[in-house]
Amino acid sequence: MNVRQELLNQIRAIEFMTVELNLYLDTHPCDMRALKEYNMYTQQLMTLKAQYERQYGPLSNFGTALNQGMSWRWIEEPWPWEQDHWMEGCENVDL
Amino acid sequence: MWIYEKKLQYKVKIKNPNPKMAKYIITQYGGPDGELAASLRYLSQRYHMPIPEAKAVLNDIGTEELAHFEMVGSMVYQLMKGASTEEIKEADAGGYFADHDRAVYPSTGTGVPFTAAYIQSKGDPIADLHEDLAAEQKARATYENLIKLADDPDVIDPLRFLRQREVVHFQRFGEVLEKVEEYLNSKKYF
Repeated sequence: MNVRQELLNQIRAIEFMTVELNLYLDTHPCDMRALKEYNMYTQQLMTLKAQYERQYGPLSNFGTALNQGMSWRWIEEPWPWEQDHWMEGCENVDL
Repeated sequence: MWIYEKKLQYKVKIKNPNPKMAKYIITQYGGPDGELAASLRYLSQRYHMPIPEAKAVLNDIGTEELAHFEMVGSMVYQLMKGASTEEIKEADAGGYFADHDRAVYPSTGTGVPFTAAYIQSKGDPIADLHEDLAAEQKARATYENLIKLADDPDVIDPLRFLRQREVVHFQRFGEVLEKVEEYLNSKKYF
């Protein structure tokens, strides 16, 4: 598995925790332990996303992430529905 | 507003095309218990929820369903990509091919196009939440049927993830229903 895939899988795993805790907190808004965990995972997720975006371009648009580079990186392929399939064996895909 | 994230919620990487499986799975894209119906149902019902917890859960699960809509679309895309017309004919997917080639179109496996008639938005939170609980169970049952029809681990893995999410959503909707009932009862007595 290449570096990009590895990082993306880490982001998915941490984000899954934030989605789960978010839905749980929607119906348990005063659970202090869940609140603390939510903030902890959110912090981790922000760090991982920043790391991914520096190397592989923005994960989100409309002013939610900086465009780092001399061209509009949002349009760079692959798109998510193609991504995993295309990246098979692309060890040197780092941009 | 919504912000798009340029990644799938859970990995979809199907190496072997399989138009027959695509034809089965498409119902979770545009069928009665599919992800598009789920998303539109919750995002439309949220306006008339009486308590903050209920508004939040419908808003957030409605949003997660859009991520699932994208996962199912990606599965159909990958299952159809690279399939020869011969394979499509053999898979009995010629009817779909005639109308849509290998494109992703919201319909059932038997070709019935998506319709908002699959959902209700009643303006009655108790009625709406009961529909939502049923919707999650129906989606869970559909994913279990799809898992029975599948033999490729690349297909089964994301289907299992999606099935599991229905179970979690059902749990959250159950909690919301209880809170809404409590709230409505307290209004009656005081």
